[in-house]
Amino acid sequence: MSTEARAERFPAVDWDGGAFPYRIGHRKLGMWLFIVSDSLTFSALLVGYAYLRASNNWPTPFPFYPSIVFSSVMTFCLLSSSLTMVFGVSASSRGDKAGARKWILATILFGLAFIVLHLIEWNHLMHEGLRPFYLPEHWVKVFTLADGTPPSPLFGATFFAITGLHMFHVATGAIYLAIVAARVKKLKHEDIEISGLYWHFVDLVWMFVFPLIYIMSVDMHGALGH
Amino acid sequence: MSEHVEEHFAGSNKLFVSIWLWLVGLTLIEIFLAYKTMPIHFMLTILLGLSLIKAALIVAYFMHLKFERFSLIITIIPMLVICICLLFVWFPDSFRSSELRYKFKESPPVAPAPAEEP
Repeated sequence: MSTEARAERFPAVDWDGGAFPYRIGHRKLGMWLFIVSDSLTFSALLVGYAYLRASNNWPTPFPFYPSIVFSSVMTFCLLSSSLTMVFGVSASSRGDKAGARKWILATILFGLAFIVLHLIEWNHLMHEGLRPFYLPEHWVKVFTLADGTPPSPLFGATFFAITGLHMFHVATGAIYLAIVAARVKKLKHEDIEISGLYWHFVDLVWMFVFPLIYIMSVDMHGALGH
Repeated sequence: MSEHVEEHFAGSNKLFVSIWLWLVGLTLIEIFLAYKTMPIHFMLTILLGLSLIKAALIVAYFMHLKFERFSLIITIIPMLVICICLLFVWFPDSFRSSELRYKFKESPPVAPAPAEEP
């Protein structure tokens, strides 16, 4: 008798030693554990960013357009992609594989829109002269304090590292979902649910990156003359 | 594999749309706050609070954790919260190091100017 069949015959009641103490499959539990470990990766990066920000003169260079407008639309794209993903998982649970594929493809489209907008935003900042360890010259002039303390040149390093790692997760998520969409009829419902867990996690991380990186660094008074 | 494990997925599309509307609404509040003048600590507290609410909504409803067994929830969430809190152990040092920082007499390095076209 297979492990899964045995587990079904002797269902676990809390922690009495069954094979399904959480009543989820081992793959789904594995994805949850991966999400926990990846959460710690992003948490460490964000805490490191907060440490640098608290111990330095930190520039606040983001104008309403394009930075805040673009990042807000990107947020909308990711939130909408989570909605389409959950619709896909819901369709899959009803056995509607064609519907699940349709919603997963919509999720991928939102993800790709996020990546394109993010690359445009990166291009705009790099065009201004932002690099991982350099600030644009006019930023240094504007954000240097009255006592001569210059703005931290690590702004670019934290910005590109955190948003870049997140963009990498979105890109790998889009590829993962494309594979799931292509094989949706062969996959079990739990497999589609697991891909959904990963995608929602990518959305969840952005819910912290967006306010901490973008909203906290708005050029509120137009210091850079945008 | 049992049908029970395979097809367990609670929550209606109406519920998911309402959660999405809440998430969009909270995001709009964050953008609105970006242009309000207030002390940075106050702003940070509000933004982090809103982010935690949004994260909880995503985890509970979109990631379906609310509908999973309680044993899974208490396995995943407390250890994550404790580990994230531990990341802040050295954070107060950031305030000390800002006081110790060497003050530049000259401007810090800037990006080299692009080469002029002939």
